[in-house]
Amino acid sequence: MTGLLEVDGLSAHYGDFQALFEVGLTIEEGETVAVIGANGAGKSTLLASIAGLLRPSAGDVRFEGRSVADLGANHRARQGISLVPEGRRIFPSLSVTENLLVGAYTKRPGPWNVQRVLELFPFLAERAGSRGWMLSGGEQQALAIGRALMANPRLLLLDEVSLGLAPVAVKRLYEALPSIMAEGTTLVLVEQDIGQALNVAGKISCLLEGRVALAGRPEDFTREAIVEAYFGMAA
Amino acid sequence: MTNAIRLGLCGALIAVLALAPMWATLGQLRNLVELLTLLTLAQMWNLLAGYAGLVSIGQQAYIGIGAYAFFALGDKGGVQPYLAVLLAGLAAAAISLPSAALVFRLRAGYFAIGTWVVAEVFHLLVLNTNWLGGGAGVSILFVSDIERRTRSFVTYWMALGLGLGAVALAFVMLRSRVGLALTAIRDNEDGAEGIGVDVLRAKVGVYVAAAFGCGLAGAITYLSLLRIQPDAAFTVNWTAFMIFIVVIGGLGTLEGPIIGTVIFYALQQQFSSYGVWYVVALGVVAIAIAVWVPQGIWGWIAQRFDVSLFPLRRHYRAAPIRQDEAVESPAA
Amino acid sequence: MTWVNTVIQGILLGGLYALFAAGLSLVFGVMRVVNLAHGDLSVLAAFLSLLLVEHAGMAPLLTLVIVVPVMFAVGYVLQAGIINFALRTELAPLLATFGLAIVLQNVLQEAFSADSRGLDAGSLETSSIRIGDHIGIGWFPLLTFVTSVLVLLALHLLLTRTQLGRALRATSDDQRTALLIGIDNRRIYSLAMGISLATVAIAGVFLAIRTTFSPSIGSARLIFGFEAVIIGGLGSLWGTLAGGIVLGVAQAVGAQIDAGWGVLTGHLVFLAVLALRPNGLFPRTATA
Repeated sequence: MTGLLEVDGLSAHYGDFQALFEVGLTIEEGETVAVIGANGAGKSTLLASIAGLLRPSAGDVRFEGRSVADLGANHRARQGISLVPEGRRIFPSLSVTENLLVGAYTKRPGPWNVQRVLELFPFLAERAGSRGWMLSGGEQQALAIGRALMANPRLLLLDEVSLGLAPVAVKRLYEALPSIMAEGTTLVLVEQDIGQALNVAGKISCLLEGRVALAGRPEDFTREAIVEAYFGMAA
Repeated sequence: MTNAIRLGLCGALIAVLALAPMWATLGQLRNLVELLTLLTLAQMWNLLAGYAGLVSIGQQAYIGIGAYAFFALGDKGGVQPYLAVLLAGLAAAAISLPSAALVFRLRAGYFAIGTWVVAEVFHLLVLNTNWLGGGAGVSILFVSDIERRTRSFVTYWMALGLGLGAVALAFVMLRSRVGLALTAIRDNEDGAEGIGVDVLRAKVGVYVAAAFGCGLAGAITYLSLLRIQPDAAFTVNWTAFMIFIVVIGGLGTLEGPIIGTVIFYALQQQFSSYGVWYVVALGVVAIAIAVWVPQGIWGWIAQRFDVSLFPLRRHYRAAPIRQDEAVESPAA
Repeated sequence: MTWVNTVIQGILLGGLYALFAAGLSLVFGVMRVVNLAHGDLSVLAAFLSLLLVEHAGMAPLLTLVIVVPVMFAVGYVLQAGIINFALRTELAPLLATFGLAIVLQNVLQEAFSADSRGLDAGSLETSSIRIGDHIGIGWFPLLTFVTSVLVLLALHLLLTRTQLGRALRATSDDQRTALLIGIDNRRIYSLAMGISLATVAIAGVFLAIRTTFSPSIGSARLIFGFEAVIIGGLGSLWGTLAGGIVLGVAQAVGAQIDAGWGVLTGHLVFLAVLALRPNGLFPRTATA
């Protein structure tokens, strides 16, 4: 049975530097997968490759059974793959509402619209008219997620949403995830902070220096095993 | 090509050129002066755009300033003509400082137009100044007491010195710390600033040096032509030629402008009789190069065949590890 | 009272400069490209209009109905066919548009000769409104100004109220992230260039009616448009309008003092703004 997303023998380079070495990953529809690993392990590179910002140097990425490796990021967005990039990257000169409206550029049908997104993040509703650059880190992150939701994606990729945020803000974001999962959206979370990720994820994949060091269900692994895979201290 | 052969070839070429007054007619000498000043201008533009990342379309300002400063010093100030050439270059360099203070507030494409506006300002100032001849232009009469052949020879040697000097200056600058700094700036400006490169000072330095070179070129050009027309001295066509030469030859290399100048000059001699269509063809070639070969012809050759005439690139040679120095890795 | 008239003339001319500038700054904002052929393209529009007037007997203003869509198409094709492939380095688009400017100027000169032309709008050009005893405002300059403001308003509404406008602004903010929400950058660039040339076509035709034009005049117009953008401040359409007006008034006042000083005064005011208020007179507070 083919998964919603299949990453097959994926290698990726930045110039001469190889960031991913034949990485494999299968994600079923409706799953929530956490991709964890230390800084520089290749997590963001993996998401960028799935989203289409980076062309693979080897291997394939298949979505809904069809290869998307040759499609650019904007095509993949139209197919239903949305990436919330590292660093939030909301559009600073557009207002909250405008950021959300432009997020619906692909015109994909689905349950998400401006009103529902603002219900999901009520603290954003109060700032609906503010320009992006005026928002706090947590607000920007919520906006970035909301903007991605507006495209009604089948696969939502979240790249280090907790980075640089206070624990309270992180908690607020993760509290919104169940509502997103309830719509049947498939989630891939990249996190350096393992704690929050393991709480929501049904499956984890741990990357170490561009390779998959460990993959499976969180409950199948001991804490020690995960830590070792994370830091690369395997015997 | 070893360094010895390189040096030998260069030496021979320079010797031949230095002796040109022996084997060339006065007309040919004038052509060579034109070629050498073009070479200088191209090297200056290359220094600006290829190494400092400053795309200027207003260098004609300093060509014109050099020309008119030369006239003013010689005609009004009674300065010895050959000395006036040097001082004219310095005048252009001096004026480039306040200009830099203004245009450096702009970035990239807007910087380019800003330099053009500065050139236009000087153009209009000259047009409106009667003692500089206004729109009618001026004649260089203060050299008439120098014998014609002598003047031609000296003008030629000055042009040769300028051309060789421009190449040498670029070569020396780029091999020095300034050159390293410029390459760093070109590759990653913020990164360069982060490691302590004074980006602004480096860029201003290059801008002033380029103004100096263009000013000298302007003065020598009109020492040769003997009549200055403001529209011709300040025309943006100078920039067009510089850009074509450098882009055809290869941006960011030392050989590029030399090759480009020769090609361009040959094309000019062959085809300028076709007038407008020749210029149109140049424009089309510029567009084609921008799209397909942005690094220029020599740039393409250099990349493809890993060739360079001037030893500019720094090579890292890893020192061989001696066996007794090898460090044991800790037991896994 | 000549001074009041002079200033009014300057303001009305300024609206046109602002319209020139709007297209230039739209393209710069969206793709960080300065179109060095912008002024020459306005001259192309004027010549297209001239052809329609001379061979189809159309009234100059009416030719806009054809010239504007044609110039939009020219912009779209230009971007999609050439400039989209010359974006790899900072120099490449400058080089490509510089080459285009040279090609345009010379081809137009071959086709139409270097002579100055004018478009004749008949009585509309010469009639004027009188205010009081000494102040006269020409109908046509007034119409020009109002048209400029209306087009700027339309642009403003496009950018703020439509999805395309939001997409243009999003691409301007962050090209890479724009991809992530499904925006096809290349297509957006082509649309932006099309809109830019459509506005410059309007400006070009109006200027052609108001004064004379010739194949070589594009460079000056490019410079005026650029100066209007910088004086007004980057990132703001209404700032650009203000910048255009300041430039227009400076030129008019300068010309009133001495015929040869009009354009130069504009340049000097531009340089003064650059020296004293480098961000322009009305910059947007947000940095893109």
